[in-house]
Amino acid sequence: MTAVPATASSTATVVCDYDRLTPELGVAALVGGEQVAIFRLADGSVHAVQNLDPFSGASVMSRGITGSRGDVPTIASPIYKQVFSLLDGTCLVTMDKSPKAGHAPDLVVYPVTLDNGQVIIDLAGSE
Amino acid sequence: MTTEHIVVVGGGMVAHRFTEALRARDTEGRYSVEVLAEEPRAPYDRVALTSYFQLKSPEELQLGDPALWHDPLVTLHRDTRATGVDRDRRIVTVDGGREVAYDHLVLATGSYAWAPPTPGADLPGVFMYRTVDDVAALRGWVEERRAALGRPVRGAVIGGGLLGLEAAGALQSLGAISTVIQFADRLMNLQVDEGGGEALKRLIEALGVTVRCSTATQEIRAGKDGHVGSLLFADGGEQLVDVVVFATGVRPRDELGAKAGLEIGARGGVVVDDACLTADPAVSAIGEVACIQGACLGLIAPGNTMAEIAVDRLLGGSSTFPGADMATKLKLLGVDVASFGDAFATTPGALEMVYADPVNGVYKKLVLTDDATTLLGGVLVGDASAYASLRPMVGAALPGDPAAWILPEGSVEKGEIELPDSAGVCSCNNVSAGAIRDAVNHEGCHDLGAVKACTKAGTSCGSCLPLVKKIMGTELEKSGIEVSNALCEHFELSRAQLFNAIKVAEVTTFSEVIERFGTGRGCDICKPTVGSILASLYNAHVLGGDRAALQDTNDRVMANMQKDGTYSVVPRVPGGEILPEHLILIGQIAQDYGLYTKITGGQRIDLFGARLEQLPSIWKRLVDAGMESGHAYGKSLRTVKSCVGSTWCRYGVQDSVGMAIALELRYRGLRSPHKLKLGVSGCARECAEARGKDVGVIATDKGWNVYVGGNGGFTPVHAQLLVEDVPDDEVFRVIDRYLMYYIRTADRLQRTAPWQQEHEGGLDRIREIVVEDSLGLGEELDAHMARHIDSYEDEWKAVLNDPERLKQFTSFVNAPDQADPTLAYVEQRGQRRPATPEERAGGAVLIAPSTLEVRS
Repeated sequence: MTAVPATASSTATVVCDYDRLTPELGVAALVGGEQVAIFRLADGSVHAVQNLDPFSGASVMSRGITGSRGDVPTIASPIYKQVFSLLDGTCLVTMDKSPKAGHAPDLVVYPVTLDNGQVIIDLAGSE
Repeated sequence: MTTEHIVVVGGGMVAHRFTEALRARDTEGRYSVEVLAEEPRAPYDRVALTSYFQLKSPEELQLGDPALWHDPLVTLHRDTRATGVDRDRRIVTVDGGREVAYDHLVLATGSYAWAPPTPGADLPGVFMYRTVDDVAALRGWVEERRAALGRPVRGAVIGGGLLGLEAAGALQSLGAISTVIQFADRLMNLQVDEGGGEALKRLIEALGVTVRCSTATQEIRAGKDGHVGSLLFADGGEQLVDVVVFATGVRPRDELGAKAGLEIGARGGVVVDDACLTADPAVSAIGEVACIQGACLGLIAPGNTMAEIAVDRLLGGSSTFPGADMATKLKLLGVDVASFGDAFATTPGALEMVYADPVNGVYKKLVLTDDATTLLGGVLVGDASAYASLRPMVGAALPGDPAAWILPEGSVEKGEIELPDSAGVCSCNNVSAGAIRDAVNHEGCHDLGAVKACTKAGTSCGSCLPLVKKIMGTELEKSGIEVSNALCEHFELSRAQLFNAIKVAEVTTFSEVIERFGTGRGCDICKPTVGSILASLYNAHVLGGDRAALQDTNDRVMANMQKDGTYSVVPRVPGGEILPEHLILIGQIAQDYGLYTKITGGQRIDLFGARLEQLPSIWKRLVDAGMESGHAYGKSLRTVKSCVGSTWCRYGVQDSVGMAIALELRYRGLRSPHKLKLGVSGCARECAEARGKDVGVIATDKGWNVYVGGNGGFTPVHAQLLVEDVPDDEVFRVIDRYLMYYIRTADRLQRTAPWQQEHEGGLDRIREIVVEDSLGLGEELDAHMARHIDSYEDEWKAVLNDPERLKQFTSFVNAPDQADPTLAYVEQRGQRRPATPEERAGGAVLIAPSTLEVRS
């Protein structure tokens, strides 16, 4: 959560004010045609992952429950309850299910930067 | 490998067990089975025959999974009576002369109801009590006579044994006056001693059944209409009757075996050895028709054991009949009766230790060896709660003072029981304590469900479950495996403990709760649990404070998320009674938003396909018209289903709709460990299917019967009677306390049925707590429920009035006007449904969401 460097790529998009985010409650955003789920946690950090839930095929991750497994902050799918790391998108709990055909089990994570009270997502930096 | 063909003659419970066990164990398909059943239906639970009166159809008595009869290696012939066996040709002949060939024959013909030769026993109005058809005929006759006579029907049951008392109960539940005529000097003389018989008689008479012991029936006389009219007794007495039921015992149906030249026992029955084989190695006999170790056994447990032995032998095993455990525990007319071991103290030197309390109708006796240490048997009448612990201890030393087991709870400290491995715990399925310990220690079964699945213990009548649970707990403790009730990695407390902790500490936010009682940030398990507890305790809005982030998927937005991420909306329709203008409004909303509509199982209407951002505007139209949230999304009260009741129905005896509405408005919004469903029926026909609900209320002539702990779902269970014939205010008081007590003590996501079953002491103990207030909790539970009722508000309306909370109902934080572009629908039967991946790929998607609604 450093300020956006001057060389920020043109794919970086301002999504909303930081104050628009409620702690522990996600929101969805449309960034360059992609759906992104954004979470502000109780410690103030902001995380962004793909909104598409690979196990149901529905775009719902922003409506999941945040939490932790050990020290890792997590998000649980609201549909079949799989749990993913908010740090690197790894699926930590599959609930004995496989992702829908054509989907990887892990979530894509997008880098988030905060600048002047604004939340900025950069699609190009996804991993 | 060639398949050998087994023919089973008989379609009763033991035939069912044989077939089920064979198909479960014969994994290679060595045998095919053909079952010849004389009755016009698949095997049913004959033990539960009397419950037929509370059921809608005989199908509810069905045994096991009906898929068994569709197994390609199983053939069931109903309405098929075997008439002869040709053992040389290995052929069974059935009615009509058809021949069925066998490689192995299993006789499981059971028994027939026997009546002593009595003049008049063939009069219309005289019945036996053995099959569903007997019971159905009896019911038809009683109903017909009541209508014809215009007064209560007078019934008499000849025979005061187990079956006779069942039949008396059946007559009573049909509204007939019933008298039990017993030849012996006491009721159930085969199971209980004189003192027990006395206690039983008093208890049964208190229920309105007249008992005449030491009475021989000499003749049944016809009335003027040619139907049964009176009973004439040997002592000269006479009694007027409109219906007579014989329950004077059973005799083995061994005629087929006798005709085939098989040896018959002195008192009947096809003689078999300990492997259940007759002298002909191609013929077995099992169940009541078998004369094993010199006797025919009329209980289901040894019948099931014989079925298992026959299967084991066919598959090359070497099991033998261990001797019958004739222990019985039953509830007759609501009265507990149990008898086990040497109940009559026939062992030389045996001591009898007796506790009798005629005021409360309790009689308990232990039979002990002459040094008063080893348990030999016992009789329990009025309170048989000690049965599950005591029966397996027969032959073993009772720790501590044996009197502790029969004196009122708490008067003497009970010793800790450690059962020997060989002690039988589940007699229905013949499971020993050792088998349960084995499952825990070597099969990795660490919870009750796993132990049940692995050993089959407690899967039939369930009376041994508390003991199974105790043995499992002790074993886990011994091997150092902590019996973890922890909610998740963030809380070491169970839900019930956490509930108490939060209540005592009076904390109201998740951050306080996890700081004081947990660790970490929480997760999708503990957060909704805490959210539910806070809602149950304080009834504040689920999205208020920091609570929105705690709520599970559906509670988060107060609608039910569907597979594509859209929601369904269900407004409350209390008791299923709805105004025409509300019906029109719902239809109008569905049209305007393009929602799919379906009637729910709870008598209301579900609107599917609403997007997150559309929810508030849909709610607003409903709320403006006076409707409110139906909580279809919550672990909370869902609906109170009702039949139309006495206001319209020709048969209704109470206003079931009025009662259902009152209950639904009373408990609406009540958050609980799992969803709650209630039902109210206006008469005993039970059209609202209330006994499939967590709480079922059924009208009687005198008030209401309240049933609790029913479930549909994955494991259907019928609700059990909690109180009888109570007035309206008592219905509310009892349900208030039952629900509150459940909410405080159940596990996370534990529905009422398993909660009730696993509660220490079962429903009897729960009844003591919520009806008799044995823990003195009553006032507190009442006050808690009163607070809930007073503080109720419609959750939808509250959100509409709060701009902060409304912000959550946005599609995209940076594009609130855009709908989720990935939604896709096709039309089906005139409505839309989500497109399948194939339809999306094939471009067959007909409806894109943006073209649907006329307003948003």
